[in-house]
Amino acid sequence: MIVAKQKPIEEIIEEVKDSKKLLILGCNECVTVCEAGGKKEVAVLASALRMYFMNKGQEITIDEHTLERQCDHEYLEEIRGNIDQYDAVLSLACGVGVQFMAEKYFNIPILPGVDTCFMGATEERGVWSERCQGCGKCVLAKTGGICPVSRCAKRLFNGPCGGSTKGHCEINKDVVCGWQLIIDRLKELGKLDDYETLAPIKDWSTERAGGPRKVVREDLQA
Amino acid sequence: MRLQYPENIRIVSIPCTGKVDLIHILRAFEKGADGVYVVGCLEGECRYIRGNLRARKRVEKAQAILESVGIGGERVQMYNLSSSEGPKFAEFATEMTEKIKGLGPNPIKLNKKKAA
Ligand code: SF4
Ligand code: SF4
Repeated sequence: MIVAKQKPIEEIIEEVKDSKKLLILGCNECVTVCEAGGKKEVAVLASALRMYFMNKGQEITIDEHTLERQCDHEYLEEIRGNIDQYDAVLSLACGVGVQFMAEKYFNIPILPGVDTCFMGATEERGVWSERCQGCGKCVLAKTGGICPVSRCAKRLFNGPCGGSTKGHCEINKDVVCGWQLIIDRLKELGKLDDYETLAPIKDWSTERAGGPRKVVREDLQA
Repeated sequence: MRLQYPENIRIVSIPCTGKVDLIHILRAFEKGADGVYVVGCLEGECRYIRGNLRARKRVEKAQAILESVGIGGERVQMYNLSSSEGPKFAEFATEMTEKIKGLGPNPIKLNKKKAA
């Protein structure tokens, strides 16, 4: 999923402070799972903001709503009939949702309430960590199912750098060396031969280096 | 056992403090409560294992939020006691009441009055 964390309240206040009628819009998918922008977080943030503005003696109406997703037309359309009454929307969806909202509702400011961090997994409640950077050409079949792009600080493809020490990365001893993980798993799978095979130079044009990306499936298009 | 505790306190009973959510605490302040405290069982003695520890974390989160929006984090507090400690319950009630009296009313209420 996409992992996000809520922005500091001070930053959110700064974003919304001129609004008279604000909609806080949550998303029921990734940001709900990482407890940054689901229905519960919408309610808590709305309550906190109401108190802040009441305490300042500033009049503001804050409404709450949560959509199934903010990255799909059909769900965003659900609020078309209601949205004109707001002078701003604070979206707690990831950066994708915020932008898709902004494209659709062009004349209303759509403000981000979370910082979108990465694609990752829930290690345990309250701990999320990165697993994939969407490089566009997955090499997991060759690397024991562990991603050298997202889990090696230097994105190396042919084994660890000289800084790998006792299974940890030289950039930070709390970071596990991605290549240590790869080698351990290849060993477990009896596939250490894969480690001996030289990986060709990676084509980064399918990653961000090639500019904004798009997937088109003509077989699915109307 | 009949014990006196300040009459300004409104008790909301719940089966376990683990049921207390962040939003419940915040809503109380939004509606004008001057202080909120959660009284749970002793740590390590929760029938549901972690209910009172969860409640403590939510109380701490509420403190941080209330502090950042200018209401004051010290208006929320977590207390623990065992079910046989009636006098302690009364003691906490008095302690909290004194503390809130010292802090004064919820600033939102003051602002509402000013506006009216
Ligand atoms: S190799 Fe690329 S696509 Fe595969 S997990 Fe790593 S970043 Fe993601
Ligand atoms: S120590 Fe490991 S994770 Fe860190 S840069 Fe070197 S190979 Fe990559």
